[in-house]
Amino acid sequence: MEGVRPRVRVDSATEAGAVVEVKTLISHPMESGLRRDGDGNLIPRQIINRFTAEYNGEMVIDVTLEPAISTNPYFEFDATVPEPGTFTFTWYDDDGDVYTSTNDQSF
Amino acid sequence: MNLTRRQALITALSAAAVAGILPRSASAQSLEDAMAAFTGGAEASEGGIIITAPEIAENGNTVPVEVEAEGAARITIFAAGNPNPGVVTFAFGPLAAVSRASTRIRLAETQDVVVVAEMADGSYQMAAQEVKVTIGGCGG
Amino acid sequence: MPGNARRATMAVLLAGTVMVAPALGDESAELVIDGQVFVTRTEAPEHMEYVPEIISGWVFRSDETQAVQMDDFDNPGMLYVDEGLDLWTQVDGEAGESCASCHGDAESMAGVRTQMPHVNEDGELWAMEDYVNNCRTERMEAEAWGWESGPMLAMTTMISYQSRGLPMNVQIDGEAQEYWEQGRDLYYTRFGQLNLSCANCHEDNYGNMLRADHLSQGQLNGFPVYRLKWAGVGSIHRRLRGCITDTRAETFGRGSDELTALELYVSSRGNGLSVEAPSVRN
Repeated sequence: MEGVRPRVRVDSATEAGAVVEVKTLISHPMESGLRRDGDGNLIPRQIINRFTAEYNGEMVIDVTLEPAISTNPYFEFDATVPEPGTFTFTWYDDDGDVYTSTNDQSF
Repeated sequence: MNLTRRQALITALSAAAVAGILPRSASAQSLEDAMAAFTGGAEASEGGIIITAPEIAENGNTVPVEVEAEGAARITIFAAGNPNPGVVTFAFGPLAAVSRASTRIRLAETQDVVVVAEMADGSYQMAAQEVKVTIGGCGG
Repeated sequence: MPGNARRATMAVLLAGTVMVAPALGDESAELVIDGQVFVTRTEAPEHMEYVPEIISGWVFRSDETQAVQMDDFDNPGMLYVDEGLDLWTQVDGEAGESCASCHGDAESMAGVRTQMPHVNEDGELWAMEDYVNNCRTERMEAEAWGWESGPMLAMTTMISYQSRGLPMNVQIDGEAQEYWEQGRDLYYTRFGQLNLSCANCHEDNYGNMLRADHLSQGQLNGFPVYRLKWAGVGSIHRRLRGCITDTRAETFGRGSDELTALELYVSSRGNGLSVEAPSVRN
């Protein structure tokens, strides 16, 4: 899908083993597949169906989304940062598109 | 049958009142199916989960919900009053600091938000909280 | 499990029959975003005869809705600001210009929102959307954007955001006066099968409940607004049309002279409140 914008905010870890708060938001209609257009036809489902947050290749959280997640999906969670490195955030769209964002941690 | 406008309205309202209950019992069944799919049929015991959600949501389109279950490997949220009960499943990896996550969900009507957690030892916990969804005066 | 199911069913049945208490938030809460304090209550402008204090719509919302606006990251309206900033520097149209070609940094738009709508050089009252489209068609030689189109909402949200925290200050005298009076007349005119004027709800009954809705003063200082109901940002004219439709009346078109005049009058009832764009409402 065109024009999808991920936003990520991560606290900066100050030492190895620190716990940081992560917030993510992505612009996406999360079309449920249950709505009808003006002509009464069902609008096909198109949602982000999976979101993952990894740090240096290790999983923080792996989320399975259903159509009951609101427009512009928002997640907040806590990650442990064991060493300097990079968060990789990945959103998977029903249409096969994949959106990513990263965040570097150095301390 | 010749109905006056008022009789027609009353009939429609009674039908709606009945209809308001029927889909709920129908979806309660599918909630159980959805729960069984998550737990593999295992019993879930109550407690061990903190749900933070508004008692009253100003709009069912965007209801903030936070779930936390200490030591859980996975936490899933169900909304029994929605057309489909599944909402979201969080699987916590080795770098999740705590088994906690927040998101925003759609609730079609006033209902119980049901949360089930799979604990590290493979057992299951569950909790529920009612969220009232208001219908504002202004369609706008 | 069966016990839980029974209790769940009971809860649902009770919810269906018992009156639901309103979702009232903390009315004494202070709106602070990143350390910036917003004026959400202040003395009403002199021209308002019947309202002593003007109050931002933020005050009337539930704690949860208030909270979403208090953190720019949590506020989905900021997605529109980001998109607007991209559009600002994007060349479009035959003239090969972007907004930035003439206006420089987007920060140069600070203060614009506080004076909208505004009487233009030809003496016509224009909303911000009119100014944007005038730039697009006359200076950029590009297609005009639809009033409620994605790029227009992104652009007006971003431009309004540059004035965030500044007090609303629309002109009501001089060349603006005739439009302002037209808007005032519309504000007090009863519309529709329900025979309601704007004032019936937003002047006579703000703070009261309209079914489960906590009625606000209908202030415009938060626009463009991210509405949870819309799951997106919407324009002032969309909101005004919604209100008029709710009275069961035929309404005016987006960008019509009537709605722009009404926008001016309603905006003037908020002179002194901080611009909050993009605000978050239910």
